[in-house]
Amino acid sequence: MVSKITLEVFRYRPDQETQPSFDSYEVPCEKDWVILDALNYIKDQIDGTLSYRWSCRMGVCGSCGMMVNGEPVLTCATFLNKFLPGPVKIEPLEHFPVVRDLIIEMSDFIGKLQKVKPWIVRKEEKSLEDGEYIQTPEQLGDYKQYSMCINCMLCYSACPVYGLEPEFVGPAVIALAQRYNLDSRDQGKGEREEILSQDDGIWQCTFVGECSEVCPENVDPAGAIQRYKVAATNNWWKSLLMPWGKSE
Amino acid sequence: MDNFSHDVLIIGGGGAGLRAAIAVAEINPKLNVAVISKVYPMRSHTVSAEGGAAAVIKPDDSLDHHAYDTISGGDWLCDQDAVEAFVNEAPKEMLQLEHWGCPWSRQDDGTIAVRPFGGMKIERTWFASDKTGFHMLHTLYQTSLKYDPIQRYDEWFVTKLIVDDGRCQGAVAIELATGQVQAIAAKSVVICTGGCGKVFPFTTNANIKTGDGMALAYRAGVPLKDMEFIQYHPTGLPFTGILITEATRAEGGYMLNKDGYRYLQDYDLGTPQTEPVLRSMELGPRDRLSQAFVKEMEKGNTLEGLYGQFVHLDIRHLGEKKINAKLPFVRELCLKYENIDPVNEMIPVRPVVHYMMGGIHTDINGATPLPGLYAAGETACVSINGANRLGSNSLTELLVFGARVGSVAAEFASNQSDYTFDMAYESITEENHIKNQFFKEKKNQERIADIRKEMHKTMEEGCGIYRTENSLLASQNILTDLKERFSHVAIDDHSRTFNTELVAALELSNLLDLAESIVQSALSRKESRGSHQRTDYEKRDDENYLAHSLAYQEKDNKPRIEYLPVTITKWPPGERVYGR
Repeated sequence: MVSKITLEVFRYRPDQETQPSFDSYEVPCEKDWVILDALNYIKDQIDGTLSYRWSCRMGVCGSCGMMVNGEPVLTCATFLNKFLPGPVKIEPLEHFPVVRDLIIEMSDFIGKLQKVKPWIVRKEEKSLEDGEYIQTPEQLGDYKQYSMCINCMLCYSACPVYGLEPEFVGPAVIALAQRYNLDSRDQGKGEREEILSQDDGIWQCTFVGECSEVCPENVDPAGAIQRYKVAATNNWWKSLLMPWGKSE
Repeated sequence: MDNFSHDVLIIGGGGAGLRAAIAVAEINPKLNVAVISKVYPMRSHTVSAEGGAAAVIKPDDSLDHHAYDTISGGDWLCDQDAVEAFVNEAPKEMLQLEHWGCPWSRQDDGTIAVRPFGGMKIERTWFASDKTGFHMLHTLYQTSLKYDPIQRYDEWFVTKLIVDDGRCQGAVAIELATGQVQAIAAKSVVICTGGCGKVFPFTTNANIKTGDGMALAYRAGVPLKDMEFIQYHPTGLPFTGILITEATRAEGGYMLNKDGYRYLQDYDLGTPQTEPVLRSMELGPRDRLSQAFVKEMEKGNTLEGLYGQFVHLDIRHLGEKKINAKLPFVRELCLKYENIDPVNEMIPVRPVVHYMMGGIHTDINGATPLPGLYAAGETACVSINGANRLGSNSLTELLVFGARVGSVAAEFASNQSDYTFDMAYESITEENHIKNQFFKEKKNQERIADIRKEMHKTMEEGCGIYRTENSLLASQNILTDLKERFSHVAIDDHSRTFNTELVAALELSNLLDLAESIVQSALSRKESRGSHQRTDYEKRDDENYLAHSLAYQEKDNKPRIEYLPVTITKWPPGERVYGR
């Protein structure tokens, strides 16, 4: 017989209620089910009004991040039976305004990402006729890890600085800025550093590394932030000692 | 954005949609281009593609080789002028993506690396490890952010195309966050919404792959082409349907039956060698490999699992180092979702619905028969994929035809006058229509999930890898019944804020229309070709069916099927030969 497990799910519909509440649902705890399968069971069989985002169910689209028993996870990559006998508490990702139920408002991230110019910046474009930019596997290795970010927002939920300072550009955006800074094809590092240097949040990051712990893709945003700090400090010294020299 | 009027409106923000948007912005920066999508662009299903993208790059390769592989792979149903344009523009588009920062895997000297792939005679598949689609999508998304003329409607669900004065002039959509129903005007409209794998129960396709754009065009009178051609990928994980990329076989993986025997040798696919041989055995085309599975199952040579029959994909002999270097995502997926480590264990796999060769009927530039309406990507049927798509052609297709369609849609928009419909009227009418359809109390109220489940069941049973007239007629009857039952669907959720139950109802309505077009097209095609296998008509019939099917929606009746001859340039229909 399949065992059952209870999900305590955060509910909030701003056009119908002023305060959030929790609804309890008992679902089968199938061996192969992830948390997302249980939510889909609820939506299909018990309560069609429960709202959440999901799509690929294979850990790559980044839609289905939620707090499960207080930890930010991808619900498609978290097995349900690990939480037996339950109950399991499901909440929207922390540190974000809630649109409804388990759906958070993520336009803040979208805006911040655009601000750091996450694209190849070139003084002069190579023409297509001249072929590809040569990039050795080692050069690719310099930034590859940071290019793996799926924008799932788990690191923002884990970040104590973002929790206190919503202005902070945040772990994933810094990792993505570094992804381009470290790409041998890019020449936009200076422009991005100018933007990042205006952010006080970076200096408040204490390198506790919660962001890297929760990252499902091992992007290591904490490492990216540390590397940025070292580079920025070097440039600061350079600008002090050689004011005519340009930072890279 | 305030006035909801644009030059070009692109529906769908995946690979094709973003490539089209960038093309518009580059060709004419004065044009105002908007991308509307039911999800944030980086959630689009392009993200899940793993293996790679084909384009000729090696000195021993040629455009003709790529074209021939594609055409023979498609069992001669591809339009050869379209294939020629495709292979010709593919290298430039792939290179363009390299210049935009796509982290393509490299050779030691820093030049682009390519890998072999199923049905391809020469190595020409560019790859970014085994997350190629993910890297392509994020590169396109991030690059699109640098173009000011590109505006976005993120998380808006399009419910209807607006056709006025004989041309497509925009769409009506629901802003999910607020529930606002809004008409949006555009001088040209481009549909890039992907396929409709969710017509079937067991699919690699993401939840969002509900063919919305196909249904929009179909209802606006545009025919759907070659809908009977549905690709089963031979290697999906049981239960989840998660795709194990063809690159797994290209790197040297074996397909084994319950006796550990490389059974593909019994299906005219060549003789087994230790190392992978191009266009042979495990590197045969997907349709033939999926069909071999069914035959093997009928012989009792497959294994029985919790979720049906399966065979094994074995990559243990590749060793941990190669697996980590070339197939890290495969290992990650097996560990995370199947709880097995392919370094030491065989991977259980079975065929799984993967891709729609068919779609919105377009010409070689992505133009549909309806003026002002264009389509590209999986949602469209140009057709370069014919009766069976080759692995690693679809990602390239997004780029080539995304760029093409962007360019022609921009040109069309530049020569059009302003919209002629009443924006407020269109918005209110559609809002009332939606309310009446779903928010009223109904007798014999039906649940979305129940109807969806029955649609899934009948499509798998009647319209799977092998079909017959009887199985298809049974599906047709059940679908008619389900469409009637769908009129009794009422939803519990009456909130305006992010109403995902309403979205699910609208998606199901799209899927039902598409399922009907698939079954009708399959019934009409009385031959076997590529992925369309009729056990009652086992041979390919070039005399009668060297033609594309066109399904037109008819009010209160079954879809009408017409045929359009295939364009042949220099490759007359021949035998598909693999492994010999």
